Amino acid sequence: MEYRKPKKKSYFRLSKEIQYLLMLLPGFVFLLIFQYYPMGGLIIAFQNFDPLKGLFGDQKWVGLENFRKILINPYFLPAVRNTVSISLQKLVCHLSAAILLALLLNEIRSTGYRRILQTLFYLPHFISWVILGILFKDILASDGLVNNIFQKCGIPPFKFFTNKTFQPLLVITDVWKEFGFNSIIYLAAITSIDPALYEAAIMDGAGRFRRIWHITIPGIIPIIVLMLLLSIGGIFNANFDQIFNMYNTTLLESGDVIDTLVYRLGIVEANYSLSTAIGFAKSVFSCFLVCLSYFLAYRLADYRIF
Amino acid sequence: MIETKQEHIASIFINIFLGLLGLICLAPLIHILATSLSTSMYVNLGDVTFWPKGFTLVSYEYILKNSSFWRSMWISVERLVMGVLLQLTLTVLSAYPLSKNNHEFRSRTAMAWFFFIPMLFSGGTIPWFLNIHRLGLLNTIWALVLPGGVSTFFVLLILNFFRGIPKDLEEAAVIDGASQWKILFSVFIPLSAPALATIAVYSMLGIWNSWFDGMILMSTPKNYPLMTYLQSATVKVKYDNLSQFEIERLSKVGDKTARAAKVFIGTLPILATYPFFQKYFTKGLLLGSIKG
Repeated sequence: MEYRKPKKKSYFRLSKEIQYLLMLLPGFVFLLIFQYYPMGGLIIAFQNFDPLKGLFGDQKWVGLENFRKILINPYFLPAVRNTVSISLQKLVCHLSAAILLALLLNEIRSTGYRRILQTLFYLPHFISWVILGILFKDILASDGLVNNIFQKCGIPPFKFFTNKTFQPLLVITDVWKEFGFNSIIYLAAITSIDPALYEAAIMDGAGRFRRIWHITIPGIIPIIVLMLLLSIGGIFNANFDQIFNMYNTTLLESGDVIDTLVYRLGIVEANYSLSTAIGFAKSVFSCFLVCLSYFLAYRLADYRIF
Repeated sequence: MIETKQEHIASIFINIFLGLLGLICLAPLIHILATSLSTSMYVNLGDVTFWPKGFTLVSYEYILKNSSFWRSMWISVERLVMGVLLQLTLTVLSAYPLSKNNHEFRSRTAMAWFFFIPMLFSGGTIPWFLNIHRLGLLNTIWALVLPGGVSTFFVLLILNFFRGIPKDLEEAAVIDGASQWKILFSVFIPLSAPALATIAVYSMLGIWNSWFDGMILMSTPKNYPLMTYLQSATVKVKYDNLSQFEIERLSKVGDKTARAAKVFIGTLPILATYPFFQKYFTKGLLLGSIKG
């Protein structure tokens, strides 16, 4: 056997601490430039921003004037209401659909069939809302696929894009996109349940439904609680990508959310200060909720991020 | 396992129900494919459901000759390659020191917070735009690559994976005189190949599907990545932007079939690679969520 002498310690060898810091340097610089610098840009929420003078230029300070303007903006309160309403509906539907799917998938005995099903269920998650927006607008249009099928079956045509139906439509299409993917985590939790419990239950004569009710569901409760807690942080995110790609100006009443309002004010109307002020307020509240959700998840479910 | 007759029926019912549900997930895509392969007349009559009627490839021929579509496709490919490489490099380099504990790396807590805060709080759309404007990156490919360089989410995933690698391996390498860089590149990276493959997949999908940055940061459609191009060109067909020749060609092909073909080609890269990466993303999701 070959004996290798330990290498001599080099005088130029950097200490461990310095090596670690050097590794972090590129990421640090990127975050500084592309995350922290824009955070500093939030000051324009307190200014009457003139783009010609630049981001940290000699701007006119207006204090909390922009925040006062938010409150009297006729679009603001409906947008907040829509945001919370859409995201709460989504939260409930996502959670129940994913759990239900995981429970049903777990009942499928043939592994081959199960794998094919999973492949189909996970697929929509990977398709962008740009594509899906085009698709749904096409399929659900008054002369689209669904209404054509309705016509052939003698069902009266249905208008999908109205203010009454838009929120349920957002919820259903979002659930359609994500339910398979969301079920992965519950499915994994189900497979980690001790099989001895099921064997014991079978010995005791418990049927399939009793086994699900008394073993599977209690077994995944911790994960359900955790996912529920972590989703609290997203209450002010109603999914901009989806809504932007599916709404139009006639649907503002039911579909205008905070993010679309920020977009319209800032990018379309170039009202930089007001738009930033709304975004800022949203960020603060979201940040608070996310922290709260992490805190609760840590206390109740012993979840740690890092 | 003994099943009662009732349970057996339930089992069959579940099999059929999930089968139908699976088809519902696929149905829109099949419809769009059928539309793209049909004659425009039948599509406008609403005769095409899941099978092409009046099979034709004219809409694909139209796209093949559509230079703006391919220009956008190329921009997407460019940003994809550069973006994935950048994200992977920065993720690995940042995750390794952060995976150490406070005895090994004294500045760790401060650094971990520095990396974590952007996940909680961000400047929002306008400051983000103004920042990139100030850096002079508007209308360059770099605006689509650099801002997404560090993903805190990926860093957290890899950090947790690195923690699971036995300490003994590192200690053995230290005794052999390896530096931390050497340990990262010849011990940790080879061992975490599956985790890195997972985030590579996530990163590719995320970059391929992003459209908002293209819409805001690129002022001319000439610089749009594919998803932004699809978003703008198909949601509102801008006839005033097209030449007379193109309008004529488009009217021959049909608005709906051309759009369907564009959408289908835009999804094709995902559909084609999906079976290969499927095993990675499931793994990755669990990597991040169920852990001690």
